[in-house]
Amino acid sequence: MTDNYRLPESGKVDRSKPLNFSFNGKDMVGYAGDTLASALLANGTRLVARSFKYHRPRGIFTAGSEEPNAMVQLRSGDHTEPNTRATVAELFDGLTATSQNHRGPLNFDLMAVNDLLSPFLSAGFYYKTFMWPRAFWEKVYEPIIRSAAGLGKLSGNEDPDQYDKGFLHCDLLIAGAGPAGLSAALSAARAGARVILAEEDAIIGGRLNAETHEIAGDSADVWAETARAELAAMPNVRIMTRTTVVGAFDHGIYSAVERKTDHLATSAGKPRQVLWRIYTKRAIVAGGATERAVAFKNNDRPGIMLAGSVRAYANRFGVATGDAVSILTNNDTGWDTARDLVAAGVNLAAIIDTRDMAPLHSFAGTSIIMGAAVADTNGRLALSSIKLTNGQTIKTDCLAVSGGWSPNVHLTCHQRGRPTWRDDIAGFVPGGELPVGQSVAGAANGDLSLGAALNSGHKLGNALAKELGLTPTKSQAAKAADEPSSISAFWHVAGEGRAWVDLQNDVTVKDIKQSQAEGFRSVEHLKRYTTMGMATDQGKTSNVLGLAIMAEATGKTIPETGTTIFRPPYTPVAMGTLGGRARGKDYAPTRLTTSHEWGAKNGASFTEVGNWMRAEWYAKQGEAGWRDSVDREVIATRKSVGICDVTTLGKIDIQGRDAAAFLNLVYSNPFLKVPVGRVRYGLMLREDGICYDDGTTARLAENHFVMTTTTANAVLVYRRLEFVRQCLCPNMDVHLISTTDAWAQFAVAGPNSRALLSKIVDDVDMSNEGFPFMACANVTVCGGTPARLFRISFSGELAYEVAVPARYGDSMIKALMEAGQEFDATPYGTEALSVMRIEKGHVVGNELNGTTTALNLGMGGMVSVKKDSIGSTLAKRELMIADDVVRLVGIRPVDKSMKLDAGAHFLERGADTTMDNDQGWVTSVAYSPTFGHHIGLGFVIRGHERHGDIIRAWDGVRGKDIEVEIVSPHMYDPEGGIQRG
Amino acid sequence: MIINHPTLGPRDAAEFVHLGDATLMNRPDWQAEDAVEQFHEYLYQRDNPAGDYRELWYHEQGDRSWLVVTRNTLTHEITDVQMARDVAMQQAKSS
Amino acid sequence: MRYSGFQVIKQGLTGNKGWKPVWREPEPKKSYDIIIVGGGGHGLATAHYLAKKYGQKNIAVLEKGWIGSGNIGRNTTIVRSNYMLEGNQPFYEHSLKLWESLEQDLNYNAMMSQRGILNLAHSDSQRDAMARRGNAMLLSGADAKLMTADEVRKMVPFLNFDNARFPITAGLLQPRAGTARHDAVAWGFARSADQHGVDIIQNCEVTGFQMKDGKCIGVETSKGKIKAKKVAVCVAGSSSRVMEKAGMRLPIESHVLQAFVSEGLKLTIPGIVTFGAGHLYISQSDKGGLVFGGDLDGYNTYAQRGNMPTLEHVVEDMMGLMPFLGRARLLRMWGGVMDMSMDGSPIIDKTHIDGLYFNGGWCYGGFKATPASGDAYAHLIATDTPHPTATKFRFDRFLRGGMIDEKGSGAQPNLH
Repeated sequence: MTDNYRLPESGKVDRSKPLNFSFNGKDMVGYAGDTLASALLANGTRLVARSFKYHRPRGIFTAGSEEPNAMVQLRSGDHTEPNTRATVAELFDGLTATSQNHRGPLNFDLMAVNDLLSPFLSAGFYYKTFMWPRAFWEKVYEPIIRSAAGLGKLSGNEDPDQYDKGFLHCDLLIAGAGPAGLSAALSAARAGARVILAEEDAIIGGRLNAETHEIAGDSADVWAETARAELAAMPNVRIMTRTTVVGAFDHGIYSAVERKTDHLATSAGKPRQVLWRIYTKRAIVAGGATERAVAFKNNDRPGIMLAGSVRAYANRFGVATGDAVSILTNNDTGWDTARDLVAAGVNLAAIIDTRDMAPLHSFAGTSIIMGAAVADTNGRLALSSIKLTNGQTIKTDCLAVSGGWSPNVHLTCHQRGRPTWRDDIAGFVPGGELPVGQSVAGAANGDLSLGAALNSGHKLGNALAKELGLTPTKSQAAKAADEPSSISAFWHVAGEGRAWVDLQNDVTVKDIKQSQAEGFRSVEHLKRYTTMGMATDQGKTSNVLGLAIMAEATGKTIPETGTTIFRPPYTPVAMGTLGGRARGKDYAPTRLTTSHEWGAKNGASFTEVGNWMRAEWYAKQGEAGWRDSVDREVIATRKSVGICDVTTLGKIDIQGRDAAAFLNLVYSNPFLKVPVGRVRYGLMLREDGICYDDGTTARLAENHFVMTTTTANAVLVYRRLEFVRQCLCPNMDVHLISTTDAWAQFAVAGPNSRALLSKIVDDVDMSNEGFPFMACANVTVCGGTPARLFRISFSGELAYEVAVPARYGDSMIKALMEAGQEFDATPYGTEALSVMRIEKGHVVGNELNGTTTALNLGMGGMVSVKKDSIGSTLAKRELMIADDVVRLVGIRPVDKSMKLDAGAHFLERGADTTMDNDQGWVTSVAYSPTFGHHIGLGFVIRGHERHGDIIRAWDGVRGKDIEVEIVSPHMYDPEGGIQRG
Repeated sequence: MIINHPTLGPRDAAEFVHLGDATLMNRPDWQAEDAVEQFHEYLYQRDNPAGDYRELWYHEQGDRSWLVVTRNTLTHEITDVQMARDVAMQQAKSS
Repeated sequence: MRYSGFQVIKQGLTGNKGWKPVWREPEPKKSYDIIIVGGGGHGLATAHYLAKKYGQKNIAVLEKGWIGSGNIGRNTTIVRSNYMLEGNQPFYEHSLKLWESLEQDLNYNAMMSQRGILNLAHSDSQRDAMARRGNAMLLSGADAKLMTADEVRKMVPFLNFDNARFPITAGLLQPRAGTARHDAVAWGFARSADQHGVDIIQNCEVTGFQMKDGKCIGVETSKGKIKAKKVAVCVAGSSSRVMEKAGMRLPIESHVLQAFVSEGLKLTIPGIVTFGAGHLYISQSDKGGLVFGGDLDGYNTYAQRGNMPTLEHVVEDMMGLMPFLGRARLLRMWGGVMDMSMDGSPIIDKTHIDGLYFNGGWCYGGFKATPASGDAYAHLIATDTPHPTATKFRFDRFLRGGMIDEKGSGAQPNLH
């Protein structure tokens, strides 16, 4: 066995379950119930890490999540996890960990040269140098800094674990299952409250696990276990261990992270962690208190630890943190460490109490020095001796330091709370406005004795139950010692040399004094200038100390100097946990149209259109590339007939006596007099007069319209229509419902579309007189299937759209293709659709980009001035109707062999490439198989007057500069005879 | 945040979409002589108070109702929630 | 005291005890020629340029709390000029050029690091919109590169190329973009302004404006009344609250934008990457933390904090784009209050009140604008004419229909 520092008896580890693990390749043994830190200490491993800036040797400083030093790279391969606190990593069989942030071996870190250079690396040194020569910052200085920066490493590969999210609701959330939290849970739960008790640790009890207290005349363990058992048996209580409440948000919502498999060798396919959002009526913060250190020269060596943690290692893990332990304290709790260590059989070398008073106890063989402090320490890779302010030197390999306790106020200041200072405990307690519904119990509230913690929890549990309308029981708080611990604030030992305040970021007393001297005196300036409290521990053990030293340097009191607040999360949270299942293809939902399966079998290639997947083209064997397919689809449609799934267009059903009046308000063009059985193209503006969306709206009956929107704006248009209906026209009789997913819709376009549809549609006069351009009707197809038929055209061809209830969509595409066989009917995708609409000069999102007006689009006449409509008033503003606004045009290359690209800007021939000469830009381009060359649409200043002009499409980012002719945007069948035929 | 919907009870704010100041319900008269100026004030200028604020939320992942919510922009406390249509009808009646 | 490597060594050898205050802590005088309300990045930059470039003397900067406590102290540090519209692009390019020599101008290392920004496109139309933007950048003298999906993959192979819901189709790179150490920018401008005689007065809240005959003649503060020939407000985040004291309503709403930082990690992301299928921008600081952000929370607020849905949404974007970050940990989150204007672009203009000037409405793009905003505002205050790169940032553009709307979102601030 290697665990020479395991004490013979004490502790809660399960000595019947030995666990093998390795650190930096060295195999060691621990027990179930150990953390990596306790197991390392049991094996006598002191040096576990290097500090961030100076690469000083560092050991384990605490026994909890506040750990600033002992951060390791846990696990290996794709599972490797940087910056894991050894103090909270539960040991499992086969655990591997390595140290991080050093070059060369841990005990001979080449980067430790920084320590020798430390006089030149004081607070903010980097703001004052590295400025000459200018180019050197990015080429020389910064690369050096960046290569040294950071702590642990990611694997670089996708996180192999899964994560989950969940929602919980309760009357009362209690964060922390120590004495205060357990008492509160008992009284509230006994009154019938639905309680969630969340505990960061793997076991219930909090600080009780680290102490040797008695409650109700028995060991505190027994009380905690009894309490746990009682709570666990109640149906209204949920105990969540390994669950950290990390944030307090608005209206009583808390976030918590539950670690499901981190204590196991493998997740075995289960979620590694769960992010809970907890909705509470009331919450109690019972997070205890965190001990802090005292600053003195070389106070950062491995072996220098917090006294309460030394006690925790002895009492909970049965580990001696040294062969000869010394204690430095400014308060009574340091003596608890002495008492417990002696009881556990640890050799206690000395107790140094900064208070000049009588010793609290005496221990055989232990020097007791009152009114002194530690002036310096020795030991290169681990502590070997300490030198006291009285000149005495003591050989010791572990120094347990207690500078007092800081209540864990974190969750109380995630909103507006500003902690307030209490001199009697030398600490900040919750203050200001706490989050709604939140209270604080126990040590977190400054009740630092066990009796007070039990009492405050008990009382609070009852009081909150009462607030919730429940009747508290008459049970009493458990009794325990209630002697207040006395403290006399002592922050740092004056003298030369470096005394650390923030261990991880290497912020020393000198840095704080320099910050003061340079004018960075506000707490926020201090933090930002020195980086104090900005490390992974958010300054849990250092902020108060740093503030006190700043107060001293400025000659002010601590409350005058400021306060420290904390941001969420309480402890760092894995990105995987916050991201949950939204990864890979599951990043966003996928919407499929009803012809998707048919398309996939027929050569379709799909593209993302919002959350929809749409067929972009249908490849046929022998086609060399997508252009072959698209050209074929366009030609086949224009020559015979093509079929396109247009289901994704938004569809809104509009009914009511005032439906027409409603449409007349939301569309800029008139809608009052659309005849029943007719479709009208509508242009929709935003209230600022900019075009928002367009589409066709069909009047199926006097009081029944069906609106189509663009795919992208389906949700947004519906939202706007509801705004108009509910907020602007509350008295109109009009009702809306989105039916986008309810109907499968197909465009059937081309000279043979009428012949094809005549075979499908039941009993409708399909002649041009019987069903003319822009006609619509409720019909049946294929012998009785309900359908809607619209004679509308986006391609410029004789064309129809036919809609059937979504469940018939798959059958419909097959029926259309079968009926179309004799015409060689061709399915076409979004690319061919786009080619044909550009040929025809129809606009889409590229042109309707949220900055263009009807005038820009050549549709100025569609904004009626004879009626009120959304946007019509502000569309009249002077700069929007000026002569020199851009206008939609068509373009074609002068050299017909040239390819056009969207995004090019228009410049006059010979003009310099400057912003001043910018004439507009190309919005859409396509190769037109109809014309046999590229064509495009774009916006040109006064473009409507410039048809026939030659201008440059300048595309610097693609290195192109092409002469193009400005033409009408309506390039294919400008008179529209074909679609009306 | 939680919005106490008048008919559906407390709902997570994530179900809603936020639009802005409830004065957007007071659309000016298009036939007024200074209609452009009035619409400019209506659409662009804001009180933007630090304190109680009447604002419009839309229950998109719910019943598709627009709500007028009175919420404090410093504390986020919500003190009143009404159906926007009811508010609009009252306004129409009183004007 | 001049800063240099030599100075750092000299001070280091004498125990770092010789460093002098970076700025004085003067009491306010009875009157100034120019008072700048707001000691954030833009206010301090304005003071610097007024004193150094426009030859103005007798200037005070009044700050309610500690200097740099506004959005310069709480942002994601990105500096870029990848704008598209005529009203914006030349201004931001001017800013980027000022950034490029800022350290030498200020004798303060703000660690401007031009590691490039890569905007990702996930559809052909997004790519084409980027081409339009990239061309606008080139036209105004900025740098831009349109990259194919393959080129993007070569440059940032760690993105999700093979299992993405929205595959990357292209990218727009601005190599000269980068990041800067945000607090240091405020401190550097403050130090320079102070050295040029500007009084920087902290813990001095402006509680009202002194008016006489329709003219602004000074301010009322928590430290008493102070007269001034010109009063220049520069308090983005609190603009409406301050200008209300002058009886003005603004085309601005206050919204919170959250920002996030991870634990320190060894170098993983060289430059700045933005995700086009969601809303995420991410870079890695010189300390090793991943600094990232996304959308506004969406509701009006003056609270410097946000809520969980936005955080989760932003990290979902991150995990969608960079699933290798799953085991990195979020260290800290915070919120800044943004002046969200009605078209997403700022205002630098005189008000209708003589002697009262306004600078605000920076949405969440104010950091990169800091030097040019200071220069342009100083130009306006000193000469009463707009700076040539900032002629469109006027109050009346909304009444006249001259919105500068890069995103095309219209008059809804939470969409910009």
